[in-house]
Amino acid sequence: MKRRAITVLNALAVFAALVVLWQLILWVFHVPPFMLPSPWAVGLAVGARFPSLLNSLAITAEESAGGLVASIAVGVLVALLFAQSRWVRKMLYPYTLLLQTVPIIAVAPLILMWVGAGIPAVTLIAFIISLAPIIANTTAGLISVDENLVNLFLMHNASRRQLLFKLRLPHAVPDLFVGIRVASGIAVIGAITGELFAGSSRVGEGGLGYSILYASTQLQTDYLFALVLAATVLGFGFLFLVMFLEWYFLHRWHESARAPEAE
Amino acid sequence: MSANVGVPEIEIAGVTKQYRNAHAVLQSIDLAVAKQEFVSIIGPSGCGKSTILKLIAGLAVPTSGTIRVDGMPPLNARETISFVFQDATLLPWRTVKQNIGLGLELEHAPNARREKEIASLLELVGLNHVAKSYPRELSGGMKMRVSIARALATNPRLMLLDEPFAALDEMSRDRLNEEILRLRAEQNWTAVFVTHSVSEAVFLSDRIVVLAPNPGRIHAEFPVQLPSPRTSAIRNSPEFDAIVAGVSHTLRETLRQ
Repeated sequence: MKRRAITVLNALAVFAALVVLWQLILWVFHVPPFMLPSPWAVGLAVGARFPSLLNSLAITAEESAGGLVASIAVGVLVALLFAQSRWVRKMLYPYTLLLQTVPIIAVAPLILMWVGAGIPAVTLIAFIISLAPIIANTTAGLISVDENLVNLFLMHNASRRQLLFKLRLPHAVPDLFVGIRVASGIAVIGAITGELFAGSSRVGEGGLGYSILYASTQLQTDYLFALVLAATVLGFGFLFLVMFLEWYFLHRWHESARAPEAE
Repeated sequence: MSANVGVPEIEIAGVTKQYRNAHAVLQSIDLAVAKQEFVSIIGPSGCGKSTILKLIAGLAVPTSGTIRVDGMPPLNARETISFVFQDATLLPWRTVKQNIGLGLELEHAPNARREKEIASLLELVGLNHVAKSYPRELSGGMKMRVSIARALATNPRLMLLDEPFAALDEMSRDRLNEEILRLRAEQNWTAVFVTHSVSEAVFLSDRIVVLAPNPGRIHAEFPVQLPSPRTSAIRNSPEFDAIVAGVSHTLRETLRQ
């Protein structure tokens, strides 16, 4: 507990140092505020426009969370399919790589055309971009079961379903969490990028990405900084939530979940 | 349990095992194991010891020859067989108790029976104090105890043990050997035990089968006529030493060929 408090204090100290450095740069180089606002000005912008900032944050959070949850559901189903046979895997696996390599920005106009601008389109982009790590990691977990464990189940005349749900699936949970951790970061990035292209301009529907675009055209650099800060907070929030869930489900039996304690 | 009286527990006749376009792993194996006999299989690495166990369990199919377990093809006899692997092969996400109950659970045994079996096995192998622990909290010897308890939970008539104590230190190994004999005396199962250790084989077995490699074949058989019940003191007797010396000598022969 004490060690953890020290870690938090260290992080806060680094943050304070960065803010001081930031302010020093402003003073020394006389940077105009529309290029780089002062920390104080950013703080004021946060305070002054807090409701709309929170609204943008909530919209992006909803889109990223929706995309992430959908990608977990679909990704696990696809991985279960892949685990059924080597043949299926060989045939379909290249297409999951395609998911990972296709530049999402290039696909965005297509999605706009099909779904129309708005929260569903952005959610879809977040979903597509976070799907590949879920599929790849879960599949690896499902098929990397020790041969003798499979033999053990066979000795008890285990059915295919028992093999899947009592052996392969629980064995894949740590790998699934690795996938979710990666995906949670890129789901937020996907949602913000998606909003730049497919965000809705309707009142009350602009997420962080849309607001960032808007603030930059208006040269509201202080608010722009506030939005970037909010995006970072959102990414962190997702990561912490996932790491907490991972710890909650795995710490009793899995080594990886204990790593922070053992440090 | 309805064991077919008079039929040997295991009957292996003219069995050859060959993996695709490789030389034979096992060649012309003939081996019968009587009911309630304890047979150890010993031999240099690569002589197909583990393959014999897999064939008996029906986890592998012979290229030619026949195998009968209690007069049946191995696949039909599976519910009477338990396999103990070299590693404890416990499910890390299950507690000791849940691991021991795995076999019964997979065979859809009623809850009440499962609870009863688990409770008596925890008692029998002395694991009561760790019933709710997870495998990673246990020592190697304790994990192996759980593995053995899990194998016994389904009331097997035949135990197949594939070098179960190879990874343990000598003290844990000796202790578990004594435990195995005690459990067997209580439950009267037949056992085929694969090992690298001559003294372990002598201590446990009624008969020792020595295999020679390339291709794997039966080189010699030793009956072990030591008084029972066997206690740890027997390891210091001259009779014990004589049999160990004889088996070791034969084992060296198989390497010279």
